[in-house]
Amino acid sequence: MIAVELHQLLRSRRTWVTILMIDSLPTLVAVLLGVTEVGPRPGTGPAFLSAVLTDGTLFPLAAIAIVLPLFMPIAVSIVAGESIAGEAQQGTLRYLLVRPVARTRLLVAKLVSVMVFVLLTLAVVAATAYVTGTLLLGDAPVAATTTVSGTTLTQQELILRTLLALAYAMLSMFGVASIALCLSTFVDAPLGAALGTLAVLVASTLLLTLDAADSIAPYLLTRYWLAFVDLFRDPILWRDVVRGALLQVVYVAVFLGIAWANFATKDVKD
Amino acid sequence: MIRTHGLTKRYGGILAVDDVDLDVREGDVYGFLGANGSGKTTTVRMLLGLVLATSGTAEVLGEAMPRHAGRVLPEVGALVESPGAYPRLSGRANLRVHDALGRGRRSGRAGRVDDVLDRVGLGGVDERPVASYSLGMRQRLGLAHALLGHPRLLVLDEPTNGLDPQGIHEIRDLLLELHAGGTTIFLSSHLLAEIEQLATRVGVLDRGRLVIEDDLATLTRPTGRTYLRTRDVDRARALLDGQVEHVGEDHLLVRVDDVAELNALLVRDGVRVTELAPERRTLEDVVLAATVAGSDRIERG
Repeated sequence: MIAVELHQLLRSRRTWVTILMIDSLPTLVAVLLGVTEVGPRPGTGPAFLSAVLTDGTLFPLAAIAIVLPLFMPIAVSIVAGESIAGEAQQGTLRYLLVRPVARTRLLVAKLVSVMVFVLLTLAVVAATAYVTGTLLLGDAPVAATTTVSGTTLTQQELILRTLLALAYAMLSMFGVASIALCLSTFVDAPLGAALGTLAVLVASTLLLTLDAADSIAPYLLTRYWLAFVDLFRDPILWRDVVRGALLQVVYVAVFLGIAWANFATKDVKD
Repeated sequence: MIRTHGLTKRYGGILAVDDVDLDVREGDVYGFLGANGSGKTTTVRMLLGLVLATSGTAEVLGEAMPRHAGRVLPEVGALVESPGAYPRLSGRANLRVHDALGRGRRSGRAGRVDDVLDRVGLGGVDERPVASYSLGMRQRLGLAHALLGHPRLLVLDEPTNGLDPQGIHEIRDLLLELHAGGTTIFLSSHLLAEIEQLATRVGVLDRGRLVIEDDLATLTRPTGRTYLRTRDVDRARALLDGQVEHVGEDHLLVRVDDVAELNALLVRDGVRVTELAPERRTLEDVVLAATVAGSDRIERG
């Protein structure tokens, strides 16, 4: 089932168009920065953007910081929201189940497929950003890169920390995917699951700006999403990264648990 | 092949299927009849493990469903309500996906897919996406799905839906051919004519309850009365006094032991007979007598 699911994902033109569209925003930013050389003042704008003018190798991280808060969650909500509800709407869900594909296996296959989509998207964004960053933006130090804290990083350390940041971004999207997958087992229309997930994200983002919501802020889905920036401080500031990772793990466990409990005992009527 | 005991499904306060005991034997073409909304589809879905029964048990191919779905379903081909397919893929690609989910090895896949396409009359189909298929083509593709993997049991819900008379005839021949080859067929339909032409056994569902389950031949066997059509209704009635059970405008229903004697008597007496035949109940008579109107009819009131 997993192999079939991945085959369908990679074959689908929509997958690649979505990735291309997500990728176009950081590329546009790179072009604008490269042409104008006008960066945001330090401390404002998306993370890393002020640093990339002098050091283009940091641009993959800037690119991830650009797509992570909005573009990625929208794409993930749609793809994951479609997973079960989409099959139900097409009338293919019942035929998968009578083939038979066990319900738990179907759920796992859908989840793996969504996560491969996330990985693919992040990889494409990071790779494109590396190319555009080194071509269009500053390429000051060759051997060492400056951290956000001002110290320098070796090439090796930079690669390691970039991979860590990618993994962290994936985990953040895993939380979104779990919520969307969970809703997808409840509703009949894929759009309902996607919009429901986006509503959760918007609510979380909104509450974070509200001082009165301070007490629940540490438990909100999006609270620590951009904490991967802390991986580029020297020394690494682990506190928020660890909290963020644990929080996502809890969200994933809860929503996948609900999704499984619901789907495994659901009457498939469409 | 299929045996249920006290199978019941309740949706909230509504009893969709009520204490149904089905018995489908190997080699049957079992016609599962019922008005719209009588619980046919819910029953079929319970047999396939899609809907979970509120109470009661179901056994398919000798094993409990849905517990042993993993062992039972590979031997079952199903068409549930409407056919379902990925609209952006071609019919052939859809079948390849489903074959990949089954037990078959990759090496024989193209052959198996071509084989079922041929059987349902889509052998020459090109790579157009299913989204552009006509209703009849989709129905044929759904049947092809069900036939993948040479199932021992076919569970078909309204298989001729959307087909033209020619197509219906083709599918009927296909089903008869499969049946002759040893496949047991569970055919759910509200089309009496279809069931009458195909089925060996019939089950009738009425408002969730199984009201009839018997061999088709038993249900439609002669009633023991003789149907007599004549222009001289009154004379025949006087002649056969005491044996006439029903008088119509141009016919009588007579209970006699020997039809040949009856014929001789009528001719001797100069009664002009237009038709003389043993009375048979059609499946329609049987079903209408045992059921009420379907749930799609809503009376004022």
